[in-house]
Amino acid sequence: MRRLEPLIFEISKPGRKAYSLPALEVEKKPMSEYLPAGELRTTPAELPEVSEVDVVRHFTRLSQLNHGVDIGFYPLGSCTMKYNPKINEEAANLPGFTDIHPYAPEETVQGALQLMYELQEYLAEIAGMDKVSLQPAAGAHGELTGIHIIRAYHKSRNDAARAKILIPDSAHGTNPASGVLAGFQTVQIPSDSRGGVDIEALEKVMDETVAGLMLTNPNTLGLFDENIEKIQEIVHKKGGLLYYDGANANAIMGIARPGDMGFDVLHFNLHKTFSTPHGGGGPGSGPVAVKKELAQFLPVPVVEFDGQKYYLNYDVPNTVGRMKSFYGNFLVMVKAYAYIRSLGPDGLREASQDAVLNANYILRRILEYYDLPYDRHCKHEFVVSPQRIKKETGCHTMDISKRLLDYGVHPPTNYFPLIVDEAIMVEPTETESKETLDYFADALIAIAKEAYSNPEMLHKAPHTTVVGRLDEAGAAKNPRIRWQKGM
Amino acid sequence: MNYLPNTPKDREEMLKTIGVKSIEELFSDIPPALRFKGDMKLPAALSESEVAKLMRELAAKNTAQDFATFIGAGAYDHYVPAVVRHVLGRSEFYTAYTPYQPEVSQAVLQSIFEYQTMICELTGMDAANASMYDGASAAAESVTIASGLTRRKTALVSRSVHPETRGVTETYAKGHDITVKEVPFENGVTSVKELEKMLSGDVACVVIQQPNFFGNIEPVDEISSKVQAAGATLIVQVNPMSLGVLRPPAEYGAEIVVGEGQVFGNPMAFGGPFLGILAVKNKYLRRMPGRLVGETTDNRGQRGFVLTLQTREQHIRRERATSNICSNEALNALAATVYLSWLGKEGIKELAEHCVAKAHYLADAISGLKGYELAWKTPFFNEFAVKCPVDPEKIVKSLVEKKILAGYPLGRTYPELKDHLLIAVTEKRTKKEMDDLLAGLEGLA
Repeated sequence: MRRLEPLIFEISKPGRKAYSLPALEVEKKPMSEYLPAGELRTTPAELPEVSEVDVVRHFTRLSQLNHGVDIGFYPLGSCTMKYNPKINEEAANLPGFTDIHPYAPEETVQGALQLMYELQEYLAEIAGMDKVSLQPAAGAHGELTGIHIIRAYHKSRNDAARAKILIPDSAHGTNPASGVLAGFQTVQIPSDSRGGVDIEALEKVMDETVAGLMLTNPNTLGLFDENIEKIQEIVHKKGGLLYYDGANANAIMGIARPGDMGFDVLHFNLHKTFSTPHGGGGPGSGPVAVKKELAQFLPVPVVEFDGQKYYLNYDVPNTVGRMKSFYGNFLVMVKAYAYIRSLGPDGLREASQDAVLNANYILRRILEYYDLPYDRHCKHEFVVSPQRIKKETGCHTMDISKRLLDYGVHPPTNYFPLIVDEAIMVEPTETESKETLDYFADALIAIAKEAYSNPEMLHKAPHTTVVGRLDEAGAAKNPRIRWQKGM
Repeated sequence: MNYLPNTPKDREEMLKTIGVKSIEELFSDIPPALRFKGDMKLPAALSESEVAKLMRELAAKNTAQDFATFIGAGAYDHYVPAVVRHVLGRSEFYTAYTPYQPEVSQAVLQSIFEYQTMICELTGMDAANASMYDGASAAAESVTIASGLTRRKTALVSRSVHPETRGVTETYAKGHDITVKEVPFENGVTSVKELEKMLSGDVACVVIQQPNFFGNIEPVDEISSKVQAAGATLIVQVNPMSLGVLRPPAEYGAEIVVGEGQVFGNPMAFGGPFLGILAVKNKYLRRMPGRLVGETTDNRGQRGFVLTLQTREQHIRRERATSNICSNEALNALAATVYLSWLGKEGIKELAEHCVAKAHYLADAISGLKGYELAWKTPFFNEFAVKCPVDPEKIVKSLVEKKILAGYPLGRTYPELKDHLLIAVTEKRTKKEMDDLLAGLEGLA
């Protein structure tokens, strides 16, 4: 019985309420006796007036309009929509984690500090790095932190002429945005015929004006850059640093470590690789790991252990400063910690192995209908393009994706990376069974056939969802971004 | 314990379809020298029951969970109603991602639209985004917005703004060549006299906090008129709970409102995840960072919601985006939406009034204790600074034994307020807890 739900404001009725407050116990005078009369609110905010049943039914019904990993397959490329173990959610709801103030004395929060300290150590080991900060709140926030660290490093060496950050054309959009936000000019490096960084182009632009290179490996095509040794040599030789975007780290746990590849700074996305959920868009967590020489630039505070107790260390000599209030998204760290303890070193490696196996399996199953721009084994994700379908039927990636919704599957990432026309980027993750992968591959094949037999049906898809294709252009032209009384 | 459904037989069949002999072959493009050999030095895998026990043990070491907390300073111990946890526990919400496919994401999209509306109602702004990481980074990004629009390169931030907000603002400003200058405070609020002197033609914006870090009510009208006269943008960081009793910042000329939304249904959680509120007047709309949800219609004529004005964002605009933010704090924004639905029009006023009344009861009683006095005679909301006859660090340490977190020693971030303790009171604090704190303070004087 899924159907559209009115706005919470539309079910509001004056005088109805859901809240209750503890006894006041003390005298309450008119507010004007405590606060300047001119500062008091005269018109109440139009918040809804509803009962507790209204609240629960409204959000429960709304929830039924959403697709999530717990409902079905969600092969959204570069987002690592793996299953989120329920024990991790339970752990993060323990009052011992939720009900502690960030400024509580250290002796009263030793469990939290211990968890953070150990998580720092685990992530450093998985990354092949030396020191970790858990402060960044998301992947892009980790990137920004990392690029600030690179900036601080060059500044500390009086090497101020380095104004550029190099970024491959296959990179996530956050990379160039983070580079600019940290004060750099970004320079795009083309990809070569095998989908990796074009070495000649890199050599040409890599000089003493370049601060560093940001790289995802495997990249957004799902391909491991085979020339990574050469790349790191070129960048380091000219005094630059290498940044590893850990968005795709689900392919390499226990198999290859960014630190060993020559990267100097990286971030992980705990909500991707370490299975803390994505929350409908957040909260995430984007810890940053660095090599020893860069530890002096990490944001403050970092968690340390003196052999007796865990404590917050604000004394980092050349710190980039603060990236966020307090210490990062702690409850997300709790879930990642529980995940790493559950899987252990072998489990993490097996997760990456099956993530890669699952991606390659789907890839090989659909190639009769979809085109592969770079014919190699992929890592945890792959990119195909419906070139032939487009040419022969007029159906686009958008149509195929919308039709997938009718099959109960969340579509892959569309139109990204930008270097592949009509890109379809698929990341199945390791927590999906062969049956699910087969169902998805069969659906893609069936849709390809539908494109030939009934293209119009694809253009109008989806047909079975509660809302149909939405007018995004109209929404942007005349933005209605809030409800108003009498609207 | 892992979560892999593939059986050995499945793997065999899949390898056959792929045309390779082993999984290892799929990794053959990684240079052999870079292959990780041996085992990662991590603790061995545990069963679910072992993990459950381990996590309970770690949580139990956090004794602060049972304490009566009078620490505020940016994170407040308000009650989180059961309905919030219940709704957030629905995996249709928490196992989804950014609503890129609106046809199967109406839950996230509509709830964000409701959130945007609530924040606009509370602040008087025209537009609110679907969240920033926290109040501090929201303030930092708002400085960038103002600098971009005014094309000026100086930001004035009051010293009465949360020290961590000031810290994050300074870090972010480095990337934009924005100079951040601090406006001193006087009598616990921003010095209007000093502010006026600092308002040069290159000032893009002035950031104040209302109520400020010390809990005090800033002279916002005076500040606002000076800021407006200088052609700068007034950015106000609010404790959004205070907007149950305090007037919306739009009424005194704020053009960007930021805030720490933790108070709306999010636990203190050792500092995160929290919720960055960012709301603006229309003229800043297209410079706003992050996600925005707009109303539209589908091809069947029904109302629906989509992400909108996405050309501001990094996944479209790349190096020309207004921000790099991608993952935000959507689930925390949902918590705020559910919480504000539960609290409603009357509830937020009544709750804010309880905080005011309880805080003033405690402040009055403390100022009656020998040796203790209120730092300033300035009106405050639910937090106030007390000048103590003993080192506040010592007070905090001593009262831990009584299961009381007495407050935040201001000397940690304000050397000039070394003997001051910042005390916050929420609706959760009982008279007995406050009286216990009073007895504790009295005993230490």
